[in-house]
Amino acid sequence: MKHMPEKTRRDFLRDCAIGALAAGAAPLAFARDVNPPSASQAKSKVIIARDAALYGSGNNPEAARVEKLLDHAMQAYSDSTDPVAPWRKLFKPNEVVGLKVNTIAGPGLSTHVALVEAICERLKQAGIRAGNIVVWDRTEGELERAGFTLSNDPNRVRIIGTDAKDVGYDENTLSHGVVKTRLSSLLTRTCDAMINVPILKHHIGAGVTLALKNMYGVNNNPNQLHGGNCCPAIADLNMLPPIRNKFRLVVADAMTACFEGGPMLKPQYAWRYNGVIVATDPVAIDQTAWNIIEKKRAERGLKTLPEVGLTPKYIAVAANPEHRLGTDDPALIALQEV
Amino acid sequence: MKKTSSSRRTPLPIWLAVVFLFTACRQHAALSAGLFPDSNVVKGWTKSPEVRTFTPDHLSDYIDGDAEKYLKAGVKSTSTADYKFNEKVEVVVDVYTMSSPDGARSIFESEPAMDAQTPTLGDAARLYSQSLIFRKGPYLVRMIAYQESPQLPPALLDLGHALESKLTR
Repeated sequence: MKHMPEKTRRDFLRDCAIGALAAGAAPLAFARDVNPPSASQAKSKVIIARDAALYGSGNNPEAARVEKLLDHAMQAYSDSTDPVAPWRKLFKPNEVVGLKVNTIAGPGLSTHVALVEAICERLKQAGIRAGNIVVWDRTEGELERAGFTLSNDPNRVRIIGTDAKDVGYDENTLSHGVVKTRLSSLLTRTCDAMINVPILKHHIGAGVTLALKNMYGVNNNPNQLHGGNCCPAIADLNMLPPIRNKFRLVVADAMTACFEGGPMLKPQYAWRYNGVIVATDPVAIDQTAWNIIEKKRAERGLKTLPEVGLTPKYIAVAANPEHRLGTDDPALIALQEV
Repeated sequence: MKKTSSSRRTPLPIWLAVVFLFTACRQHAALSAGLFPDSNVVKGWTKSPEVRTFTPDHLSDYIDGDAEKYLKAGVKSTSTADYKFNEKVEVVVDVYTMSSPDGARSIFESEPAMDAQTPTLGDAARLYSQSLIFRKGPYLVRMIAYQESPQLPPALLDLGHALESKLTR
């Protein structure tokens, strides 16, 4: 499609080479403007915005309140009074921007359409053409079940699955550590920049799933990566250059979350946290997610994740010197609730 | 060397195995579809036509990391169908067929009961405001509603009883 130049194989290999150089040369965090902090560096900022009246009296969050919540979080993150400024800073008007959502659990526990629409609106106001915004996940069936309306119209936001005709997984196999996989061509070829829009969940394998684990929806063999509490597979997967280089922001949907029984919806273990969490450091935001889930488990009288053998070990591994994807050190996370 | 046409032919036993597997899969899918009560068999409940069935190899396509738990417990197949209650509340019904009653029990008991009601249904059941889970023999049935409604818990139980009557031990 003309409006959205697809990457060639040469571009893909160049991106990988740049990523490999970057990974070897310096600690590289999720976003360009944030490095995992050392003692002398700035802390990784994590913003939690919440609205107790988000759902009103209905079953779904109110769209206007979701938009305000997103603005609140993004403006706090970037110390800006202008709701569009943070998006202009992160994305250029000529870029194709992807939003990787999480829709496997169906309508009750997937990235909310209202949050995605709010992000798309701000991206458009920041100068990104609607047709250059791509909302995607691994399958179109899951997107539809979660409430998204598929679209491949070049004049509208595209909503598409990796399983769509003429999409699929890149033919190049990438490896890091225990991971050997092929990534969605929507990530490797279609999009220049990515926003990770996961949902806050307990996970029966990994313990917790938010930013880093959401990458299990970008590759062709996630079912082979669940052993050993998904560790070190989650950290290794996030080391692959297209993931490291293109994901610039996490806007986590924490409006409805689950503290047990994840990753699929079991309503008895879900609760309305009424929040949106923003960060550019995927490790810091996952560490924060772990704390939120533990707090809720304690409130409900459940054992801690380590006590039930579900320590999210991958978080510490993602922060270790071999990965350096961000920080899990609470002293180096600037957590701000707004 | 030029191959003869006979050497390129697929041997008869392989064809028979393919036909057997195809037939077995179709029969299994048909049996699974028969487990789900049709529309209006239970008052207020409408069933979508499609029943999806997943073999153990493809269970993670449906439930991601949750699949490991079921595989360890010996799941043989999983079938799922969508329902609507009073044309409004969306409900998904999953039937997990395990290789033995122990498998169904181990999954059921691995989940904290929290504040569940325990209605008389199958071998054991838990009813919540938006969901029902029960087991009967090697079957584990999970019903999940995506919206809340005051009428939902008793309606879930009605559908559960109708489904239970179709499960053979």
